[in-house]
Amino acid sequence: MIVTTKKDFEEIEDALKRYNNIILIYCGTCSVTAQCSDEKSVNEMLEHLKNAGKNVVYHQEFKEPCDFRQDLQDWRNVPQEALDKVDAFLILSCGAGLQAMLDLFDRKNIVKPIFIGLNTHGIAETERIGRFHVKCAGCGDCLLNYTGGICPVTSCAKGLMNGPCGGQLDGKCEVGNYEKDCGWILIYERLKKIGRLDLFKQLRPAFNWTDRGHQKSVVFR
Amino acid sequence: MAEKKVYSKLGEMLAKGEFILTGELEPEKTCDLSHTIQEAKEMAPYVVAANVTDSPLGIVTINSLAASHIIQKEANIEVIWQLTVRDVNKLGIAGMIMGGHALGLRNILSLTGDHPNMGDMPESKPVFDLDSATLCMLVREMVDKGTINGYEIESPPKFHVGAAANPNSNPMEAEVLKVGRKVEAGCEFIQTQVAYDLEKTIEFLTAINKYNVPVLLGIFPMKSYAMAKGFDTFVPGVDVPKDVLAKWKSIKNDYKTDKAKQKKIYDQANYEFFKPFITELKNKDLLGGVHCMAVHYPRIFPKLIEVIKG
Repeated sequence: MIVTTKKDFEEIEDALKRYNNIILIYCGTCSVTAQCSDEKSVNEMLEHLKNAGKNVVYHQEFKEPCDFRQDLQDWRNVPQEALDKVDAFLILSCGAGLQAMLDLFDRKNIVKPIFIGLNTHGIAETERIGRFHVKCAGCGDCLLNYTGGICPVTSCAKGLMNGPCGGQLDGKCEVGNYEKDCGWILIYERLKKIGRLDLFKQLRPAFNWTDRGHQKSVVFR
Repeated sequence: MAEKKVYSKLGEMLAKGEFILTGELEPEKTCDLSHTIQEAKEMAPYVVAANVTDSPLGIVTINSLAASHIIQKEANIEVIWQLTVRDVNKLGIAGMIMGGHALGLRNILSLTGDHPNMGDMPESKPVFDLDSATLCMLVREMVDKGTINGYEIESPPKFHVGAAANPNSNPMEAEVLKVGRKVEAGCEFIQTQVAYDLEKTIEFLTAINKYNVPVLLGIFPMKSYAMAKGFDTFVPGVDVPKDVLAKWKSIKNDYKTDKAKQKKIYDQANYEFFKPFITELKNKDLLGGVHCMAVHYPRIFPKLIEVIKG
């Protein structure tokens, strides 16, 4: 899932300070699991907006805001009278969700600002509600076959291709006062356990940023 | 086998298999290097070369390329330019390597570098486009092939490149295998983290002996009890032996009133501790030399050179 957390309301209020009539949209998928757009969170946001003197003219869940096709369907429920009044939109979703909405706005000729209420952290494992671990950086050139399935980009604080570095102490990382595991020691231990230290011995070239350091779309037809 | 090319005094001594001593200089947050140059001058007669650090602990200091050039020129000492991959991407580092050559530098110590998060500018972007092994690969390509990414360099740089290793590392095997990768990447010498535990150091050096790379053992002679205690407390993973700490404490207390005498006793105590330590490793043929990391303690070098020559 894409893990998100709530922004401080002061920051949201600052973004909305020029606007009075608000439509609130919220994600029905990942951000619900992250407890950022579940019923309680939505009610909390409605209350915040009311206390800040905002007029919420309409609010609605979008099942999956990052999916443009789904957005086209969900948009049908937004009443015209709310659209006539709205000054700005606020969305509780990941960054991809908001930006898919921009494409929808272009399609529907909506020329109003949209602001985000959440911070997006990445592609994560859900251990349990309230404990999410970012595991994948979406590099586009997955290294997991060489590292026993443990990602050096997300598990090593420096994202090294050849670790561990001198900053590990008894399997813990210098970043964060030796409280978190060193990703490269996890990789070493895992490869040792599965009898594949031959992979640990391999010198890995520097990561190839040719296709990563700029705008990216996956288009195969 | 083709004869190894030599670009510096360090390269020459390593190629000859001489047992050598290197030192360390730590420029600070300043544009005036006069203190470091003075220290370098005092150290120069005893060392083959001296490392110049690159913002250690992620604490911003004067840039190590500029400092290395100025120190080498002003103090008449050969420098080992410490170059971390923390702050500059591959493209920038390739440019710095050519710049380093143009400024007269011939030795690089390839380091990952402490994470910015550790230092005084934690909000800074951690780059790490390369790592310490892939930086060795880049240096070797530029020097040996005269290319960058396959593109020809009109006048290529000449460098020897070394890397670091930690004899205190746990699990040790992961560190040993990483040394193997660094050697495969083209690293020509190793300077180790400070070691005080002889048994563990022997085990580590024996394990990396198969890579056939000269190893300079990192040592940290302690100028005072405060220095010893501080090192023991604040350097993660390195424990100063309890009997050493006790001895240094007694020197501090016994010679309170005679500071000149106290200095001599400290120097002698360092000599007595490190001589058997180094001699044993040297006799086992596990070392190519010693790297003294005690900064601001240049008066210890005449004593150390006795150990090296002995």
